[in-house]
Amino acid sequence: MPTSTEPGQPDPETTTLARGPDGRPVSDRGDTVCVIGAGASGLTAVKNLAEHGFGVDCYERETGVGGAWNWRHDRSPVYASTHLISSRPFTQFPDFPMPDHWPDYPHHSQLLSYFERYADHFDLRRHIWFGTEVVRVEPVGDDRWDVTTRSTGGYGPERTSRYAAVVIANGHNWSPKLPRYEGLEQFRGEVMHASSYKDSAQLRGKRVLVVGAGNTGCDIAVEAAQQASRCWHSTRRGYWYAPKYVFGRPADQVNDMLLALRVPLRVRQWLYHRTLRLTVGDLTRFGLPKPDHRVYETHPIANSLLVYHVGHGAIAPVPDIERFHPHSVELTDGRQIDPELVVFATGYLPRFEFLDGKILGDDEGVGRPRLWLNALVPDHPTLAVTGLLQPDSGIFTLAHWQAVLFARLLRLRANRPERAAAFAARVRAGAGERYSGQVKDSTRHWFEVGHADYLRALERALRELESK
Amino acid sequence: MRSWEWARPVRPVRREVLSAVPELEEGRPPLLFVPGFGHGAWAYAENWLGHVAARGFSAHAVSLRGHGGSDPAPEATLRAYAHDVVQVAAGLPRRAVLVGHGAGALVVAHAMARYPARAAVLVAPVLGGWATFGTAVRRNPLGTLPAVFGAGLRLNRKQLFSGELPDADARRHAARLGRAARRAQWQLLTGADPEPAVGEPPVLVLGSPDDRVVPASALTQAARRYGSAPLLFPGMGHDMMLDARWREPIDAILDWLVKDPSRDDRG
Ligand SMILES: Cc1cc2nc3c(=O)[nH]c(=O)nc-3n(C[C@H](O)[C@H](O)[C@H](O)COP(=O)(O)OP(=O)(O)OC[C@H]3O[C@@H](n4cnc5c(N)ncnc54)[C@H](O)[C@@H]3O)c2cc1C
Ligand SMILES: NC(=O)c1ccc[n+]([C@@H]2O[C@H](COP(=O)([O-])OP(=O)(O)OC[C@H]3O[C@@H](n4cnc5c(N)ncnc54)[C@H](OP(=O)(O)O)[C@@H]3O)[C@@H](O)[C@H]2O)c1
Repeated sequence: MPTSTEPGQPDPETTTLARGPDGRPVSDRGDTVCVIGAGASGLTAVKNLAEHGFGVDCYERETGVGGAWNWRHDRSPVYASTHLISSRPFTQFPDFPMPDHWPDYPHHSQLLSYFERYADHFDLRRHIWFGTEVVRVEPVGDDRWDVTTRSTGGYGPERTSRYAAVVIANGHNWSPKLPRYEGLEQFRGEVMHASSYKDSAQLRGKRVLVVGAGNTGCDIAVEAAQQASRCWHSTRRGYWYAPKYVFGRPADQVNDMLLALRVPLRVRQWLYHRTLRLTVGDLTRFGLPKPDHRVYETHPIANSLLVYHVGHGAIAPVPDIERFHPHSVELTDGRQIDPELVVFATGYLPRFEFLDGKILGDDEGVGRPRLWLNALVPDHPTLAVTGLLQPDSGIFTLAHWQAVLFARLLRLRANRPERAAAFAARVRAGAGERYSGQVKDSTRHWFEVGHADYLRALERALRELESK
Repeated sequence: MRSWEWARPVRPVRREVLSAVPELEEGRPPLLFVPGFGHGAWAYAENWLGHVAARGFSAHAVSLRGHGGSDPAPEATLRAYAHDVVQVAAGLPRRAVLVGHGAGALVVAHAMARYPARAAVLVAPVLGGWATFGTAVRRNPLGTLPAVFGAGLRLNRKQLFSGELPDADARRHAARLGRAARRAQWQLLTGADPEPAVGEPPVLVLGSPDDRVVPASALTQAARRYGSAPLLFPGMGHDMMLDARWREPIDAILDWLVKDPSRDDRG
């Protein structure tokens, strides 16, 4: 297949014609597997499927690889100052380490160059059709799939190709979650979601209210502390703000040391609470609310600077928003503040606009799939999702092993169909399983996994697959 | 789940990499040569690197930490050595073929579990265990026994080269030999077997029946581990890349690669 950065179409040589239900021609791609998206999760799916001997067509709506980490992409949630929150060994692919002279927490531009090198090293671009968007994925008989694509932006005709299997790797950090507030439409100040925040110049000299204390909200509040004329930071609960370094090492590495020693969760929580107490101390003295949960029960925040700026008075912590007025914002404690700019760092929601939600088990239509290992789909053995994870580590190692599992499962279907069928029962039974301790109820925790628990579960699944 | 590797990443060091690249890039996979204990990248720079480049492949040799021109590392372990290899391999523009000599073959075997090599070649491999030690003790008791107690493992000229190599060359090479770290030496004897390779790379084993470090039976055993038979070059010493007839084994390796072994495997 030729390399292409142009809007592409499947290689005509291997194409034979079938007819779709509406009579339009469908090119039959035989045993080829389709991968949707060439972000980190899509790239590792392409690599591992190819390594297991499969033909792969990957569709990517942008003109380059890297997904979220290519900050020129119109949907990239990354801003100029983004650095990793997970340290290097937690973030790199398990079989393609980042250079060991890189910092513990690399910059987003380094991540992009890492993914570009990954794509070149394993010669993945020849599988990728850039500038091509998937608009529909429909099951046809025999567990096969019709995938309809067109040039990004809707130019040109649609084309449909039939695949033996589909991997969805479209990412879940691009579709903004925007809460509704009374009076927001009448508010005269500027309002934006963090997904369109790119550069701290957008904050310079303004009175800024940042909503949400995920890692995005905390990063933006820290930038506002340095650039804006005022910064309020609104959260609807208290959090544990973990520093990036403890005991002279990246904090996640210290935590994994405890995990390796199999220290139980309760003891780890206790140690963590002690450590935070000894370093940043009691945060309520700054007016930050007391956390309503134990550490590890919300997605971890790794930010050494937030508390620092709160302690210097550059960030004023405030509670949740009650409602908006044309020239002010009313908080739940009755106070009124007058920001010129409100940044909603309220997170993202998953979106699979090209697929009937019921296929992924989202029967109530809330947008939350029901899968096993966050990847395998009950009753659809040839469909998988990768990267639909919110780990307390980097996502890429996890996505790598998801891809390996799916590749082996597909191979098993070809070689030992009866065993693959038995595995399908396992998928059905395991749907909806969780891999984290208790977490607070919030859309942001739908896909929360503890990386150690999750990787062990994946390892067991891989073993089950090989041994039965 | 590799918690320890996450919790305690290998310390970065400055590594020496010597390279020879062909004038015309022909889309062939790059080769990464890994020297055995006591040797540095220089051992490959002497003859092989230039020859490989002349045949159209880019050739790189790394000095494991504590060897050659790389930073000293007296506390290095096999894991650190494998880390060095994977770091250099992942830094190459394309998927690399790993070539390990002597104990460097064991390092390559470990690296193959952490990096999906295009292919691997084990030259006169010392894959560890007490049997290797037995042979070494019999052939060179004075150089070997002290190593058990932490001294450097010393190989003599007779073990490394055949009589065909001019004595002056043999002396020159022997004078450059260094030593591996104590812990790594110890792991060579007692360490766990390498984990299975990732990415199913084809593996070629070659050596000499007249090698005075690695007996022919060890070659057969190593090759069997990877489902093949060894290629043999009689009359050569252990250091095949420095010995008088260095050209034969490297040509055999390149011929094997030109046939593209991975194609046969995958169908
Ligand atoms: C600010 C920020 C910082 C983060 N920091 C970290 C971190 O430190 N460590 C970490 O592990 N994770 C981090 N994340 C999480 C991040 O989502 C993942 O790192 C990673 O980008 C997920 O990769 P992905 O391939 O699953 O998704 P994406 O990177 O979003 O890639 C999806 C790709 O699919 C393409 N696509 C989508 N829909 C279609 C379609 N219909 N047709 C064709 N192509 C399509 C998109 O164009 C995109 O290229 C961070 C996220 C944010 C927002
Ligand atoms: N590498 C980096 O530096 C970096 C930077 C940014 C983000 N990230 C990663 O990117 C992902 C997304 O992070 P994110 O920070 O954008 O989103 P997020 O983790 O989902 O956080 C959203 C925040 O907004 C709050 N929120 C959500 N809905 C709300 C509502 N209706 N009213 C009030 N508050 C509301 C949440 O509060 P509740 O807790 O109450 O739900 C939470 O504090 C995460 O995986 C994160 O780790 C990494």
